[in-house]
Amino acid sequence: MIEILQPGILTSVQDLGRPGHRQLGINPGGALNCLALSAANLLVGNDMEAAGLEITMGACEMRFTTDTRIALGGDDFDARLDGKSITPYWSVPVLAGQTLKLAHAGPNATQGMRTYLAIAGGINVPQVLGSRSTDLKANFGGHEGRALRKGDCLPQGPASIAIAGPAFGVRSPAWSGVGTQTQDSSKLIHLRVLPGPEFEQFTVAAKNALWLDKWRITPNSNRMGYRLEGPELKRKQNRDLLSHGVVPGVIQVPPSGQPIILMGDAQTTGGYPKIGVVIQADMWKLAQAPLNAQLQLQPCDLEQALHAWEEQQAYLNSIRETLAALDWSRATQYKK
Amino acid sequence: MIQPQIHFLGDSALLCNLPPPATLPHQQRIWSIADEAASWPEVSEVVPGMNNLTLILRRPVVDMKMVTKRILDTWAHVNISHVAGREIEIPVVYGGADGPDVDIVARHTGLSSKEVIQRHSAGEYIVYFIGFMPGFAYMGGLESALATPRRDEPRLSIPAGSVGIGGEQTGIYPLASPGGWQLLGKTSLPLFDPTQTPPTLLRPGDRVRFTVERIAK
Repeated sequence: MIEILQPGILTSVQDLGRPGHRQLGINPGGALNCLALSAANLLVGNDMEAAGLEITMGACEMRFTTDTRIALGGDDFDARLDGKSITPYWSVPVLAGQTLKLAHAGPNATQGMRTYLAIAGGINVPQVLGSRSTDLKANFGGHEGRALRKGDCLPQGPASIAIAGPAFGVRSPAWSGVGTQTQDSSKLIHLRVLPGPEFEQFTVAAKNALWLDKWRITPNSNRMGYRLEGPELKRKQNRDLLSHGVVPGVIQVPPSGQPIILMGDAQTTGGYPKIGVVIQADMWKLAQAPLNAQLQLQPCDLEQALHAWEEQQAYLNSIRETLAALDWSRATQYKK
Repeated sequence: MIQPQIHFLGDSALLCNLPPPATLPHQQRIWSIADEAASWPEVSEVVPGMNNLTLILRRPVVDMKMVTKRILDTWAHVNISHVAGREIEIPVVYGGADGPDVDIVARHTGLSSKEVIQRHSAGEYIVYFIGFMPGFAYMGGLESALATPRRDEPRLSIPAGSVGIGGEQTGIYPLASPGGWQLLGKTSLPLFDPTQTPPTLLRPGDRVRFTVERIAK
C-alpha cells in the first residue's frame, strides 16, 4: 500500500486512459505523458496499462507499507527514497516503511512539470468504464474520483512478474533520442505539428507567426489545455464552425487569437478553428514542459509523424528486451 | 448523395465534414457510418458531431488514401434504415427554485409562464450528438418561438439534472457545472452514471420528450 503524506498541488491515479466512450461525451483522459508511465510500468514488471501516480510539480511525499519495487518517469524533482537519490527510468527496490520525497519546484530549485510513479502490481483502485484513471472533471475513477489528499491509502495489485535484485536503469526517452530534434540548451521546446483543417483560413502573417515565432506556455494551463501567448493569429474571414470531435494535440484558436493546445482532459467536442495539431509522438514533451516555457512549432508530415511514433514503440520494446535479458532465476525466491 | 470533405486531425484522427445545412437525414447517415466505422480494425473511436464525424485511429496511418476511400464508399452505401433511435421520456419539475428562469423566457418570448412550460414539454427533441461533458446531449427540435439567448452572466454552478434553453437549443446538465443557459426545471433521472452500462441515459439518435412531473411555485 502507498500512504500519501503530502500530495503536492495535484497528484492523481492515472493509467493510459479510458478510450471507447467519447461519443457519450466521456474523455479518455489518462496520463498526459503515457510514454513515461508505460516505461516506468515495464521497469517494475507491470503491463504498460497498469495504474500509477501522476504528480504535478513535485512537493509530494509518500510512504510504502510493504516491500515492493518502484520506478519513476518524467521529471525527478530531486526524488529521494529515505534521503537517497532516485533517477527516473530506474527500477528500484523499496523496503516497507521507506518514504519517497519529491522537492518543490522553484525558480532557483528543481525545474520540470510532471513525475510518474509506477509500483509493482500497479495501483489497484477499481476499474470504472475500463480504466483506473481519475476523471478530475466528472469526478469518477481513480481514488474516489478526486485528486489525492494527505492520508489517502492506495492499494497495490499483485505483481505479475517478480523483479528482484538491486536497482537497474534504462536510458530515458530524451537520452534515447525519442522525439528529440535539435533540442537546444535555451530551453526552447520543439514540437512537430501537422497543419490543421482550417490552416488555410488563417492570414499569411498568422501562418508565418505559427512556425517562426516562439510561443509561451502561460500559467493558465492545465490538464484540459495549454494556453499559449504570442502574436495574435487572425483568420481571413471568421466563418463559424459546427461542433465536432477533437483530440489532444489540436491547436485551436478562439476569437482572442491566442492558441490553446488541447490536452488529455479536454472536452470531447469543440468548435474553434484548428490551425494545427501536435503529432502524438510529441505530446509527452508538452506534458513535461514547465509553465512559461517557450515552444517552437515545426511543420511536419504524416510520414515523419509515423516514424516518430515507431521510434517510441521501439524505445518501449528495448525496455522489454532489457528485462527479458535479466536473470529471472534469482527472482523466483521472492515469489510467494 | 452528398460526400463529406475529409481532413486530417493530426496523425491519428480524421474529421469528415458535410457541407451545410445540417439536416436530420445527414445526421442519420452520420450515426449509421459511425456505427459501422466503430468496427473497423484501424478505428479506436468514433465521435459524431453536428453535421460531421470524427474517426480516431489506433495509431498514426500514412496510407490515408485507403482509409479515405473506405469512408467515402461507406458514406455512399451505408444502410440508414435501422436508425430509429429510442424514445426517452424525461420527467421534469418545472419552475420554482430548480427552474428560476421560466419568467425570463416568458418575458423574452412574449408567452405566459404556463405556455412556456406547455410548449417545451409538447416538443419532440432529437439527440444530434453528445459532447461538452459526459452525457450532455445537443438536441434539435426546440420550437423557434421558445428560443431565448443565454444569460449575460453565466451561473457559477448549475445543479445536475437542470433542464434549460440556450439560444435555439434545449438540453439537460448531466453534472453540476458552470453554465449560461436559462433554466426551466430539473429532472431527477440520472443522465450520467459511470457505474452503469451504458453510462449515459442518452445516445445520439434518441428521441426525447419532457413530461411535466409538476410545476413548482
